[in-house]
Amino acid sequence: MRAGTKLGFILLLTPLLLWLSLLIIIPHIDMFLVSIRERVDVRQYETSLANYLTFFQEPLYLRTFLRTAVMSVLATLITLLIAFPVSYYIAKIAKGRLQAVLFVLCLIPFYVSELVRTFGWMILLRETGVFSNLLQWAGLADRPVEMLYNDAAIMIGLVYTSMLFMVVPLVTTLESLDDAVVEAGYDLGGNGYSVLREIVIPHATPGIVSGSIVVFMLSLGNYLTPTMLGGKDSLWFTELIYSQFIVRFNWELGAAFGFLLLLLSSLIVWGMLRLTGQTLKETMG
Amino acid sequence: MTPDLECKALTRRFGEFRAVDDVSFAVPAGSFFSILGPSGCGKTTIMRMIAGFLEPTSGDILITGKSVLDVPPNKRAVNMVFQHLALFPMMNIEENIGYGLRRKGMSRAEIARKVDEVLERIGLPGINTRKVDELSGGQKQRVAIARCMVLEPDVLLLDEPLGALDLKLRERMKVELKALQAAFDTTFVYITHDQSEALVMSDQIAVMNEGAFEQVGTAQELYYRPETAFVAGFVGDTNRWTGRIERISGEALDLRTENGMLMRGASHGRALQTGDRAAIYVRPEAIRVAHGAEALEGFDNKMEGTVTSLLFNGAASRVLVRPATGGEEIEVALPQSGEFATTRKGDVLHIGWSGAQGNCFAAGAG
Repeated sequence: MRAGTKLGFILLLTPLLLWLSLLIIIPHIDMFLVSIRERVDVRQYETSLANYLTFFQEPLYLRTFLRTAVMSVLATLITLLIAFPVSYYIAKIAKGRLQAVLFVLCLIPFYVSELVRTFGWMILLRETGVFSNLLQWAGLADRPVEMLYNDAAIMIGLVYTSMLFMVVPLVTTLESLDDAVVEAGYDLGGNGYSVLREIVIPHATPGIVSGSIVVFMLSLGNYLTPTMLGGKDSLWFTELIYSQFIVRFNWELGAAFGFLLLLLSSLIVWGMLRLTGQTLKETMG
Repeated sequence: MTPDLECKALTRRFGEFRAVDDVSFAVPAGSFFSILGPSGCGKTTIMRMIAGFLEPTSGDILITGKSVLDVPPNKRAVNMVFQHLALFPMMNIEENIGYGLRRKGMSRAEIARKVDEVLERIGLPGINTRKVDELSGGQKQRVAIARCMVLEPDVLLLDEPLGALDLKLRERMKVELKALQAAFDTTFVYITHDQSEALVMSDQIAVMNEGAFEQVGTAQELYYRPETAFVAGFVGDTNRWTGRIERISGEALDLRTENGMLMRGASHGRALQTGDRAAIYVRPEAIRVAHGAEALEGFDNKMEGTVTSLLFNGAASRVLVRPATGGEEIEVALPQSGEFATTRKGDVLHIGWSGAQGNCFAAGAG
């Protein structure tokens, strides 16, 4: 019996272990090994930290890196600010069918691929696009307005892409908030603001944190949106990694960049958890 | 003296449905007032209107003499203990109790002092930093009351707060709630579907049915002198016979039941005519049991019957007796003084009760 359960356990665990080792652990070990070697001659490599040194010596790399981090944090905040009232409405105010319909409406954009969705934004924002024409027609602009290829366009794209990943955990946690607790908050003299601050937000913190982690990771690692909506001045760190691997065949530097991005995201997530006093265990449930 | 809480012709409709229909009552300061009724009778609706979560369709609510219809719930001098208490799980006990005081903008030191004071009063000093889920059911109950009482409301509303507790604790909390009410000297309005909670704790009880009050009175009045058939059937247990009235002399009357039994009852001032269809309600504990007919000489109603089942429940034990003349089984309280300790199914017993114990109402109402 015991041997049987043990075998079952191993069999059940196998796909997970394969997934982890083949797709995550082994590639990362290899990436790390690639990142700490330096090409001294054709097919001649030496172990060194030269790639990491290059990153810190070249201002473009460092600045793109920081810019990506700051923009991703900003995108996460904006997503949270927009998603919170939406989620509150879906979870607490909407009832029955409306609730389900609203939730599905949040989901529908994800039926089409990210590429198509991003093209949708390009159609709206480009010089000859819908918004530009609308502004001209309304007399608010006297010539075509270019709204693409800047940071604002990237931000819109990122927030739009991430919205669902914030709404789902928020709706789930807010739904578990007992209506009577909110009513008690009012009954004991609270107004909308104090009920939100002392009752709703503390209750929703696990959802806010887990949603924020997911959105932040997605934004930081996003390649498509910054590439398509951003301009020459709006470089994203993933674009740098891509160009090192694919354009310049410099796998060593690319691997080093990849590793730095991993470190950065881990660091910010850790900081976020510390700041909100949550643990990964509580957040991921 | 102005009553602490007064409702005037309070009505609330949901579409065509009248959840609360023209209810008026006044609760004197410092008393314990209960609204007792089956689920769905509209008692929670009344409570939510008083707390301010629901607008009345018409009528007025006065707290210490002033109408509060335009006052939002967070400004009313009324606090509510919710059915599942609704303690804030994200806060510890101190923060829970201090929540309302913080809203009033009180200083930290004063809040701390008041919290300690109220914890002392509910007999739980020193639990300040405990978490809500570390407390037992009874302790949570007391904290929920303290959280309201620390705000010194004019009226405290309690929405079936004992429903989630187990029986033993519920019995103890009844006594404790009554003691807390006396200690805080605040008006309590308590709603429940559990008659024993209402009977034990209240100064005044309103029995509610289908959106309207059937009777308002003390526990004794409701129990001994129900004014309507619904109250007679709802408060306490009862045996019920329907039939036609054959003779009336003063308060006393004779009723011929559907299966031919003649029974003496009392109208207690209700207008009944000879020939009316009526129902007689007799409580199991108003019926005397004896081994022989001679012990029941003085009673108006006497019969002999066979025990069909014995419902042993300690002090509240009953027997079901089927009358020898036929007809429905009669539920009779079994005294636990020892003489019926050997009573078994199939035994023959004599039962009897005085006519005044048989409350008679015009049939159809209950």
